[in-house]
Amino acid sequence: MNPVDWLVLLGTILGIAGYGVWRTRHTDHLDTYLKGSRNTGWLTIGLSVAATQASTITYLSLPGQAFENGIAFIQNYFGLPLALILVCAVFLPIYRKLGVYTAYEYLGKRFDGKTRLLGAGIFLLQRGLQSGITIYAPAIILSTVLGWRLDFIIVGIGVVAIIYTVTGGSAAVNLTQKWQMAVIWTGMLSAFGILLYKLPDQATAIAGAMGKLEAVDWSLDADKRYTFWSGLLGGFFLSLSYFGTDQTQVQRYIGGAALREGRLGLMFNAVLKIPMQFFIVMLGALLFVFYQFQPGAPVVFNQAAWQQQLRGGNAAEFRALEDRHTAQHADQLQKIRAWTAVRENGDAAAIAAARDALQQSQQAVQAIRAEARKALEEAAPAAKKTRDSDFVFITFILTQLPHGLIGLLLAVMFASALSSKAGELNALGTTTTIDLWRHLRPLAEHDEAKNVRAAKWFTAMWGVFAISFALFVSFQENLIEGLNIVASIFYPTLLGLFIVAFFLKKVGGSAVFWAALAAQAVVLGIYAGGKVWPAHEIGYLWLNPIGCAAVVLFSLLFQAVFPHKPFTEGNEANGA
Amino acid sequence: MKRSPPPDDENPGVPGFRHWRGVYLFVFGCFVAVVIALTIFSHHFA
Repeated sequence: MNPVDWLVLLGTILGIAGYGVWRTRHTDHLDTYLKGSRNTGWLTIGLSVAATQASTITYLSLPGQAFENGIAFIQNYFGLPLALILVCAVFLPIYRKLGVYTAYEYLGKRFDGKTRLLGAGIFLLQRGLQSGITIYAPAIILSTVLGWRLDFIIVGIGVVAIIYTVTGGSAAVNLTQKWQMAVIWTGMLSAFGILLYKLPDQATAIAGAMGKLEAVDWSLDADKRYTFWSGLLGGFFLSLSYFGTDQTQVQRYIGGAALREGRLGLMFNAVLKIPMQFFIVMLGALLFVFYQFQPGAPVVFNQAAWQQQLRGGNAAEFRALEDRHTAQHADQLQKIRAWTAVRENGDAAAIAAARDALQQSQQAVQAIRAEARKALEEAAPAAKKTRDSDFVFITFILTQLPHGLIGLLLAVMFASALSSKAGELNALGTTTTIDLWRHLRPLAEHDEAKNVRAAKWFTAMWGVFAISFALFVSFQENLIEGLNIVASIFYPTLLGLFIVAFFLKKVGGSAVFWAALAAQAVVLGIYAGGKVWPAHEIGYLWLNPIGCAAVVLFSLLFQAVFPHKPFTEGNEANGA
Repeated sequence: MKRSPPPDDENPGVPGFRHWRGVYLFVFGCFVAVVIALTIFSHHFA
């Protein structure tokens, strides 16, 4: 990085944060602090929803995942548009009508205090756990690649997010997210443009021939992690939980001048989310092609850790692996050129033979890379904390982009970390204020200034918690998967509570409360069982429909067996 | 007497759409079109 990069990076990140603080420094109304300005339009809401969902992991890890395994991950988003339609049609109008600050307030109105506390508690538990991961995930990768201190990056991201989120609450989060999204997409499109310029002819065909462009898999195999069906069903429940019941999202769209603004903001995401994710995974697939044509393509992309080994006691072993990779990589490039040459002649048998030879060579390269990663993880256990594919895009940024754009792309990574972190802190602070503090101290409700002060304190407290968690907890799992797995364990129960609330009007508070606890035990049991007996492990996306269905079934069962507490408040809450 | 539309189905204020139902159908149509396009894309490059 040179001074131009530093100027772009710091100017962008601190400029947006400073602008957010300055514009919202006088936010002293509780409604504005928790829901944002009443003048917020649909585009700001839509961008805010998108910015909250897409963290740095989306922009760093997703291209790497496509580089390694192809673009099949896109199917995870297939349930999202349908879930957003349901949120628009059912969830949002009820939240708006009741004028709630949090989704869990609705559970209190529909059921009772303990169910509200359970919903808020599940949200705080799972989002609190994730808050550490979302700050640690980008920090570990950026620290490794840039050579900066990990704790400095964690504290830097955390403190900047705390300052503007505490100052302006939702108003600041909405405002800054709009500009952060502008920076993110300017940077991503610039990187994509340069990649396209550097790609060889027939790049897309080569990516397809090497198995990177299988976007849709219609098979019914439950063991496969990403298929159309798991994406549609599991993705639908995961998205419905996230957008309909997770306060980080609910808080983004319940504000605005009218119901229309929130709805259009969500529909904006329903239409654009899959194309946006397709763009990101295609970036990864094309990066794969780019590196096939680079003679010095690294055997391992975590070069900081690899170079350390080349200077250590195992240097001979690692250099031998590197040499084998260089030779096999050159052979693979030759096979790619042979395949593209015969492809133009149109001889089907020759094309098939060339493609078979290419795939065999590709498998040999993959085997060497797997061997190298394993050797690296054994020699340097710290390398296990990240996946090598997480370093692919950042390596491209640092080695292939011109100065100035390097700063902009690093700003993309920090802006996405800040935008998702700010949305998270905002929601955690709001839920703690409204569903815990104010619920336990009902008299405080009438003192608006005291409520705003409490919300600011709780937001800051969660920020400090997230920073501490990221600094002191040792993460082992790959990060994007870790986020989705944590969500899939806790979301189904939360969604089940809301499904019962909206659609099963005869079920009362006690029945749904105990049903939710039982369903959470079932989900945890299935997940733990899969870890103990890997042969019976199911894809984590399936936990979403299973857990949600368990809440519904247990609720009906408990209500039938213990019907002595009939539901009475729901008609009012539902407007029925 | 003409019945007023329910409050949650107010005019979306989007050119070409008089009800939210139409907006939802449009979004669903976009989703189907994207899945078809991705399937064709997968087959083309398989």
